[in-house]
Amino acid sequence: MDLSHIFNSKKILRASFYAVLFSLFSFSANSQEHAAADTAHEPATAEHGEVAEKDEDISQMILHHIADSHEWHFFGNVSIPLPVILLTDKGLVTFLSNKFGHNDHGTEIIDAAGTQLVNYHGKFYYPSKVKSADGTYISHDGKGELLNGKPLDVSMTKNVVSLLISAIVLLIVFIGIANSYKKREGKAPKGLQSILEPVILFVRDDIAKPQLGHKYTGFMPYLLTIFFFVWLNNLMGLVPFFPGGANLSGNIAVTMMLALCTFVLTTFNGNKNYWGHVFTPHVPWWLYPLIIPVEIIGLFTKPIALMIRLFANITAGHILVLSLISLIFILKSVFVAGVAIPFVLFISVIELVVGFIQAFIFTILSALFISMAIEEKHAEH
Amino acid sequence: MILLALNPLVSPDPGLFIWSTVTFLILFFLLSKFAWKPIVKALDERERSIEDALSKAEMAKAEMAKLISENEDLLKEARLERDSILKEAKEIKDQIVNDAKDLAKSEGAKLIEKAKIEITNQKLAAMAEIKNQVSSLSIEIAEKVLRKQFEDQGKQQALVNDLLKEVKLN
Repeated sequence: MDLSHIFNSKKILRASFYAVLFSLFSFSANSQEHAAADTAHEPATAEHGEVAEKDEDISQMILHHIADSHEWHFFGNVSIPLPVILLTDKGLVTFLSNKFGHNDHGTEIIDAAGTQLVNYHGKFYYPSKVKSADGTYISHDGKGELLNGKPLDVSMTKNVVSLLISAIVLLIVFIGIANSYKKREGKAPKGLQSILEPVILFVRDDIAKPQLGHKYTGFMPYLLTIFFFVWLNNLMGLVPFFPGGANLSGNIAVTMMLALCTFVLTTFNGNKNYWGHVFTPHVPWWLYPLIIPVEIIGLFTKPIALMIRLFANITAGHILVLSLISLIFILKSVFVAGVAIPFVLFISVIELVVGFIQAFIFTILSALFISMAIEEKHAEH
Repeated sequence: MILLALNPLVSPDPGLFIWSTVTFLILFFLLSKFAWKPIVKALDERERSIEDALSKAEMAKAEMAKLISENEDLLKEARLERDSILKEAKEIKDQIVNDAKDLAKSEGAKLIEKAKIEITNQKLAAMAEIKNQVSSLSIEIAEKVLRKQFEDQGKQQALVNDLLKEVKLN
């Protein structure tokens, strides 16, 4: 499979340069986070017990902020409770998340419609029969794995609400634009239409057409949906307060879903040539045992790379911003804000760009994978 | 996969996965049907109409250029024709003038010829007249001489001879 044409376009080169740059950023952010986590897991000795506890607080805080939640926290004690929907072994259980208080340490068994549950770090488990030594109804094995079973949690979490908000925003905006195209047929674009038209044209002329050639029309709806969905959610994730603040496009379940969509599209659109590449590659027959497994692995690494890339970039940006703000609390000086806040501003501006670039990269790679699947036989083979 | 399972961040949550899949698919179908289809169609149509307009303008331009060049050709032709007509006229004029000159010349020559003949005739007539005059004069002279002869025969004879000689000299 010839990928050299990816590097032909200057724009893509530039974009990949940024991508590399930001993956470096994200790497450093991840390592920071790991460093913080490592110190947190160290046994707290008497000398630096307080510091370690502080570090743990902060890494907990950061993880808490980028993780999903059963309530939408505004400030202080103000938060919106969100509905919890559990498919337990005794049937469907629903309640508002604040019904049983905010105890998420697993020390309290709640009784929701006859089902015994325990809330441990924001997730619902079936309680253990006996209380553990640390006072929770959660039991661990030797490696720190939880032994408790858990019901299927299909709650309207913060991320789900954010997902619905973004879907509604996209529907309102783009159906509105479609209507103004109908209303102002043959006229110059106006308002929101003229803001987003260049972006739509960008998706068409710089993503779909170069990758897919004349067959681009059929895939335009998918590419446009995925581009605007990822972009909007990246941007909403950067807004620190409602309706933003949910780390939706930095959640691996969402990126997995998006990557899976692209995978399904490539798999179902794959033509004879594509599958021929996989099962009868153009190599001597005795290399088949080596090449065919590699090709089959290649089918799956592409969507996995898509999933990890978006997740890691967006999550890393959030961790970076939160880490910089946490510096103020780690160093226990308000004057650190003088350094930290400009840095946060700088990173936030970069994240605005990253939000766009990641949407662009996700879309262009999806288009590229689809184009590989529908590519006709090449003369070069 | 074991590595992925370690961190809660990288273990996909099935609930969110289900929600996002359902929402995304609904969003995809709604947007495809009510947004992307009309938008892409409108954009294509607009582009096509712009292209049409441009190509039409190009065609009009070409037509114009063609017309202009045709006009120029026509003008050139007209100019050439005018020139040729003028040239022809000049030639005709020259011809006429030359013809007239020739005619005049020949006419003049004829006139001169006639005049010469006339002159010769007149001269001859004059000569004849003069001769007559001379003869009458000579007769008068002869008369006078005769009269004188009546006085002097010899002298008269000599005179008559002299006069006659003179006449012959003339």
